[in-house]
Amino acid sequence: MTVTAHDPSPTPPNGTPAAPFGYDDLPALTARMTGADKHTPSSDSLTDALWVLYDQVLRVDPARPDAEDRDRFLLSRGHGPMSYYAVLAAKGFIDPGVLDGFGTFDSPLGHHPDRTLVPGVEISSGSLGHGLPLGVGTALGLRARGLHAPRVWVMVGDAELDEGSNHEALEFAGAYGLDSLHLVVVDNASTTWGDSRSRAERIAAAGWSLAEADGRDHADLRRACALPHPGRPHAVVARVEPKHPR
Amino acid sequence: MPAPAAAPSPVEAAPPSAESMRDRFVRVASDLLDSDERTAVVLAVITAAAFEDAARRHPHRVIDVGIREQLLVGAGAGLALAGMRPIVHTFASFLVERPFEQLKLDFQHQGVGGVLVSANASYDWPQGGFTHMSPGDVALLDTLDGWNVHVPGHPEEAEALLRRAVAGEGREYVRLSEQANRAPLPVADGRLLTLREGGPDAPVVIAVGPMLDPTAAAVAELHATLLYAATVRPFDAAGLRAAVGPRATADVVLVEPYLAGTSTARVAEALHDVPHRVLALGVPRAELRRYGTRQEHDRAHGLDAAGLRQRIGAFTPGARG
Repeated sequence: MTVTAHDPSPTPPNGTPAAPFGYDDLPALTARMTGADKHTPSSDSLTDALWVLYDQVLRVDPARPDAEDRDRFLLSRGHGPMSYYAVLAAKGFIDPGVLDGFGTFDSPLGHHPDRTLVPGVEISSGSLGHGLPLGVGTALGLRARGLHAPRVWVMVGDAELDEGSNHEALEFAGAYGLDSLHLVVVDNASTTWGDSRSRAERIAAAGWSLAEADGRDHADLRRACALPHPGRPHAVVARVEPKHPR
Repeated sequence: MPAPAAAPSPVEAAPPSAESMRDRFVRVASDLLDSDERTAVVLAVITAAAFEDAARRHPHRVIDVGIREQLLVGAGAGLALAGMRPIVHTFASFLVERPFEQLKLDFQHQGVGGVLVSANASYDWPQGGFTHMSPGDVALLDTLDGWNVHVPGHPEEAEALLRRAVAGEGREYVRLSEQANRAPLPVADGRLLTLREGGPDAPVVIAVGPMLDPTAAAVAELHATLLYAATVRPFDAAGLRAAVGPRATADVVLVEPYLAGTSTARVAEALHDVPHRVLALGVPRAELRRYGTRQEHDRAHGLDAAGLRQRIGAFTPGARG
């Protein structure tokens, strides 16, 4: 472990109105979407990390989804986005009514998200391995513009780290000390040819601050996300139940 | 046997007095970094040494990501997402071919703009072999939506096109070459330039970028209309139609410094209701598997003045003066 803890409290979201829905409403919101059954289990693996980020970590405001000083959340693993849409609906970014049309011709909500169609969605994703390089560039761009408050969060799945583009970004961001960049790896042990231990070690070896958390435990996730990491990007490995029980 | 001296890079191989398009790019991009706070230059080692001064002045806006071309393009697009105007540069093979999906998804699918500037495009460095050649770059970009493609034929043109590209918001590809015409032309409006009118029955010859000088020499003795393009996407269909004028049928010759036939479909679209023939000249698909010089490759591909003269003459035998 390469983190030091002295102030575990995240900055509270500013200006975010009271959420119209709570965590307990997510199953009902998710159930309004049908058609991506293939991705349902992996979608569920993200639910708790997504909820904790939107509820307690990200400084985003559904009334100002394009605010310059917002935190940027880039869902890189865009497969199975139902829980993402459910959280966006719960937090007021999208009308829960649009969930019913999920995947249909006239719906903004596809089986992979499109940033040009959905308020609050920072990147269009689906092809794995694009979010972290985009996150690196976003963090660099915010820094170049003198916007030092916004933080960039990228969420990937552990198997997504099989894509080499992530390792280009991990190495660069660690060595560059891109400390506004954050990565959540939702680890359901679905990688092929590799294991999550070696993955975590590689992230730390690239110069990142690294925390591990129970991906179902909201307090633990919040703690791991809030750890200070001066001068370094920060990664949280959120472990959930294996995709293929052994 | 002593080891041969290190092969000169294309820039070093140019005559010392001549400023290449790539030299000019460094100068202009450095100037834009000074004058426009939303510009950023993203590099993957290639040409990074030439940007050292600019990097000292703008450490947060000149970023060398190392030999990581997926990151090069992804981070460039991320900069655009954050509101910057990225100028992304490396050799064409590593800018367009290797990270092609990043061009498709990180720029186009995200709906953001940026300026790609390549060097060493088709066979600027023949001693480097096929790994460092990218004659298919423009054809690849043709499979995508909304990329403007500029093929300057002179460092002056490169500067004008680069400045216009950076000032805009779109997705731009500026294809720099070590090969250049003797004199620059006013190309900043992106339209076809008519350099010569050949009469109502003359073939219409379109020379692209650095192909102009050898093409002009090749058609000097022919009755031909000679057009020049330094911006090929969007293709100036109206300009071609105007050059064809009232002809009932048309003979069109394309001379492109990249894959032969890349713009044939654009000609067909522009002349969809005019019966026409097209001779599309450019770099062939077949690998040459030779090293040597640019001039030798020009000759081998039939893209020197003599080769062009022979092939254009055979296509339009009636045009001989």
